[in-house]
Amino acid sequence: MISKQEVKHIAKLARLGLTGKEIEKFQRELSRILDYIEKLKEVDVSKVEPYIHPIKMENIMRKDQAKEKEIEMKKKLIEMAPEKKKGYLKTKSILK
Amino acid sequence: MDLTDLTIKEAHQGLVKKEFSALELTKAYLDKIEKENKEIFAFLTVNEDLALSQAKKIDDFIAEGKKISILAGIPCAIKDNILVKDIKCTAGSKILENYIAPYDATVIKKLKNQEAVILGKTNLDEFAMGSSTENSAFGPTRNPHDKSRVPGGSSGGSAAAVAGNLCCFALGSDTGGSIRQPASFCGVVGLKPTYGAVSRYGLVAFASSLDQIGPITKIVEDAKIVFDAIKGKDEMDSTSLNSKFKIQKSKLQIKIQNLRIGIPKEYFVKGIDPEVEKVIKGAIKKYTELGAKIEEVSLPHTEYALPAYYIISSSEASANLARYDGIKYGYSKFKIQYSKFKSLLDVYLKTRGNGFGDEVKRRIMLGAYALSAGYYEAYYLRAQRVRTLIKEDFKEAFQKVDFILTPVSPTPAFKLGEKITDPLTMYLSDIFTVSVNLAGLPAVSIPCGKVGNLPVGLQIIGRAFEEEKILKIGKLLEDYELR
Repeated sequence: MISKQEVKHIAKLARLGLTGKEIEKFQRELSRILDYIEKLKEVDVSKVEPYIHPIKMENIMRKDQAKEKEIEMKKKLIEMAPEKKKGYLKTKSILK
Repeated sequence: MDLTDLTIKEAHQGLVKKEFSALELTKAYLDKIEKENKEIFAFLTVNEDLALSQAKKIDDFIAEGKKISILAGIPCAIKDNILVKDIKCTAGSKILENYIAPYDATVIKKLKNQEAVILGKTNLDEFAMGSSTENSAFGPTRNPHDKSRVPGGSSGGSAAAVAGNLCCFALGSDTGGSIRQPASFCGVVGLKPTYGAVSRYGLVAFASSLDQIGPITKIVEDAKIVFDAIKGKDEMDSTSLNSKFKIQKSKLQIKIQNLRIGIPKEYFVKGIDPEVEKVIKGAIKKYTELGAKIEEVSLPHTEYALPAYYIISSSEASANLARYDGIKYGYSKFKIQYSKFKSLLDVYLKTRGNGFGDEVKRRIMLGAYALSAGYYEAYYLRAQRVRTLIKEDFKEAFQKVDFILTPVSPTPAFKLGEKITDPLTMYLSDIFTVSVNLAGLPAVSIPCGKVGNLPVGLQIIGRAFEEEKILKIGKLLEDYELR
């Protein structure tokens, strides 16, 4: 069983603003889901390496160059942002 | 002749032989969407003008006597988590309600190169999280076979559009069964390709080590045509590959007598609807009649696949969905009040708290929990170790057999509202499909019978990059049903 305090803590980590009612609901639901997931503890994994990725990965290099098309795309992306100024995204101040 | 009934090849031949024009073909689908989409709600966006102008272009090609590709002028539908340039892409979420795709996904670029006609974007569970399409922020899709039931999910809009003849073929995406399960519920063919076979560039990310785009079609042959059109290495997705195992043409002449088919005993246990089990066993029997050798195999870690899947996919989702922060991607509801926020944290909390639906919130929190200090080893790392065991189970089984047959889902399509209030029960709908994603393998759902009027799909799992082979095996069953 996960506590209400823990739900609040995770919600904050995940940057989700929840109402009191939601916290109660998710406490119930996440507890049930986590109980089910406890099943994983039955498996002996002491000698097993964790899986990293479905395919063998290798580094792929390319030139660090701006492309004409990407500049076009940047304009479109910024256009869709809720707040912008002179081609930049605007946010609330980060440093006080 | 009902033009919306045609398969890709039939429609292509009709165009080439000038039995009908591309414009007539596209209009037939648009009319049908106009009449039926209100009830089925397979489409979120229909782009009529673009579709018609594309169709006209094909008619000009044909009039000029140009050779057209197999997909030219063929009307298709695209799951609304795949970007089509200048068209809205919502991922079924309020948080992307007004997001206009600034570029084409690689799969879309490939379809456009072949001059396919894109009719519109289809409904899905928000961010592809769900098994019924009821988690869409814009309302549920209904199953064309029984409108009181769900089409499955998360590619429910795409599967319902194909089953209801609202498009000739569709693209879906599959993270834990999201192509195969709706294909099974709607009685159509759905292929989840090998991880890396199809570029994910332009797919709204859910769980990046599991997501794959694939076709949903009326028949097996169509699935092969679409898969061939969209597959291949892409410089925009460094996890995409060209198939390393080029299968020789001669090897594709499958001799059924030489086939070894595995039935994993762990897939026929409690929890499966007895009627579904009967249909699946009937399909397996048909392969025996055709001369295949059926063997029992064991995938001993099957029961741990679902909990491992929910930890891994939710962890990846919690990281992937961090980008919806109210700054880069807006949530328009707050646009005007932006100045009223107290702090940056306030912007995050309110945008995400209001913009995401319940299922997305649950999974983000589950993932954040599994990755958080003190729980990482117990949950995330353990799940990744179990994932290794699941992959090894398949490796071992594929030393004995060439294919593995299982049900796609333990039940046929369920009623709208039946499972939506109980997230864990909903998760269990994916119990037979998630292992394949964890192991990165290809699998296809083939319609193999019905329970009452509800379709049931057989899942055929193959070795990595053996899509062509599993489709051949699927076709044997399709041909058998047509005999």
